[in-house]
Amino acid sequence: MNSRIAKLLQAPSIILLFLWMIVPLGMTLYFSVVRYNLLSPGPLEFDGFSNYAFFITDSAFLPALINTLILVGSILIITVVMGLALALLINRPFFGRGIVRVMMISPFFIMPTVNALIWKNMLMNPVYGIFSVIAIAFGAEPIDWLSEMPLLSIIIMVSWQWTPFALLIFITSLQSQDTEQQEAAQLDGASSWAIFKYLTLPHLARPIAVVIMIQTIFHLSIFAEIFVTTGGGPGYDSTNLAFLIFSQALLQFDVGVASAGGVIAIILANIVAFFLIRAVGKNLMVQS
Amino acid sequence: MNLTLSQRKKVSTWSLGLLSWIVALVIFFPILWMVMTSFKTELQAISTPPLFMWEPTLENFSVVQERSDYFKYAMNSVITSFGATFLALLIAVPAAYSMAFSPSKRTKDILLWMLSTKMLPAVGVLMPIYLLAQSTGLLDNVFSLIIIFTMINLPIIMWMLFTYFKEIPKDILEACRMDGASTFAELRYIVMPLSWGGIASTGLLSIVLCWNEAFWSINLTAADAGTLTALIASYSSPEGLFWAKLSAASTLACAPIVVFGWFCQKQLVQGLTFGAVK
Repeated sequence: MNSRIAKLLQAPSIILLFLWMIVPLGMTLYFSVVRYNLLSPGPLEFDGFSNYAFFITDSAFLPALINTLILVGSILIITVVMGLALALLINRPFFGRGIVRVMMISPFFIMPTVNALIWKNMLMNPVYGIFSVIAIAFGAEPIDWLSEMPLLSIIIMVSWQWTPFALLIFITSLQSQDTEQQEAAQLDGASSWAIFKYLTLPHLARPIAVVIMIQTIFHLSIFAEIFVTTGGGPGYDSTNLAFLIFSQALLQFDVGVASAGGVIAIILANIVAFFLIRAVGKNLMVQS
Repeated sequence: MNLTLSQRKKVSTWSLGLLSWIVALVIFFPILWMVMTSFKTELQAISTPPLFMWEPTLENFSVVQERSDYFKYAMNSVITSFGATFLALLIAVPAAYSMAFSPSKRTKDILLWMLSTKMLPAVGVLMPIYLLAQSTGLLDNVFSLIIIFTMINLPIIMWMLFTYFKEIPKDILEACRMDGASTFAELRYIVMPLSWGGIASTGLLSIVLCWNEAFWSINLTAADAGTLTALIASYSSPEGLFWAKLSAASTLACAPIVVFGWFCQKQLVQGLTFGAVK
């Protein structure tokens, strides 16, 4: 195939993706420096960086930024550790492993909105929820999860959905691990911990890197779970950057401020991406 | 205890198996509970202590259809996920093919760049996309969702197809070229049949991702183009405090994708990890 045809075949995808990236990005950048509120129509005036100043000095900004980082960090730790533990647990054959595996990975395929509503209503509800029933059975005071620990509730919901993702990837990788090496190590008297540390963990290095990268992309902008459960509250206790921008945009119709927030979210994502792509992207490229 | 090594091994296998079953049931419980609740009456759904035995009813399912026009939302979900998947494959198959078989110096950079567009958070471009959709009259329209879903999944689809095409042995193609076959014939008679499985699982992954997409569906649609994710989200309002009906709608919305996910775990892993984990 000559290079002209190759270019022709690649052009649509590259051009479309480029447009998809550059047009909205350009518009966001432009909106972020003009005064633009859908509720007060008028000519768009250049406004310098006052949208940014407004967004950053807003009392919700700092909590939202911190919440975003807490969400990403804690969900990453929980899902990777739990996923690893579960993968090791079901790595060896036992009765009904296929069914166990299917049950364990199912949450990953549940819609985010359904996930959030099941947890909100049927598990975490302070009166009728299963958790409060269990708490009362043990003589404890039931907890109103969503208003007392909103951020933790969101972390639990998202981790419930994404631990199966980590598990699915780790178990697939474990199943392809060479067992001869492990058996040899066992014969030489290596402890299970040593086998895990020197054989299994290095084998899982790439899957772990991949899981971290993909989850970071998704969790930097958790939205649906917050939208249908806490609505970012109480106060700003469960507002992350994505939700804060959403509320500026579609609840207060302030396009300018929302766009400034969008630019900040993009910058944050790119700071994270810069390190991730360097660390993980290269790892991916080695293979292909 | 005086157990032989094999006996001890047996005991540990049994106890680990039992533990796995218990953990699996705990993890699966919310889904099981949702399905069970969908067969209860509203009163049974909120009874304390929770009911584990009751006479199942199908009433919720018909009420969900009547009250919220379930099938319209389901159709929107089907149209958007299949439409976007088809469109994305149409664009990505030729591109990934040419990248895999006649790579240039920049191919790797292009692929990494495509991946990096996924790093652009959706919320960062919410306003422009919303206003563009509004000004072109495509707000609350399945067409705009199809375009958006196509674009957000295109990088993943490109990567997946690229890794599949990469695995096709080059010798066959060279032999084919020696015989003077055109690019189109190459694609039609060699590449497509050999990578059919890869293309199919790419498509399936894309359908899952579109089906469960929530951000754009919630923000860009209302009554006309609402997908199932948006329909379920509308149950979060106080008027939606009907757990049995919510469960019925949720069960219907999730069942196809969950069952489908069970059957193609392996392909999903490959797809979600850009072929890095097999």
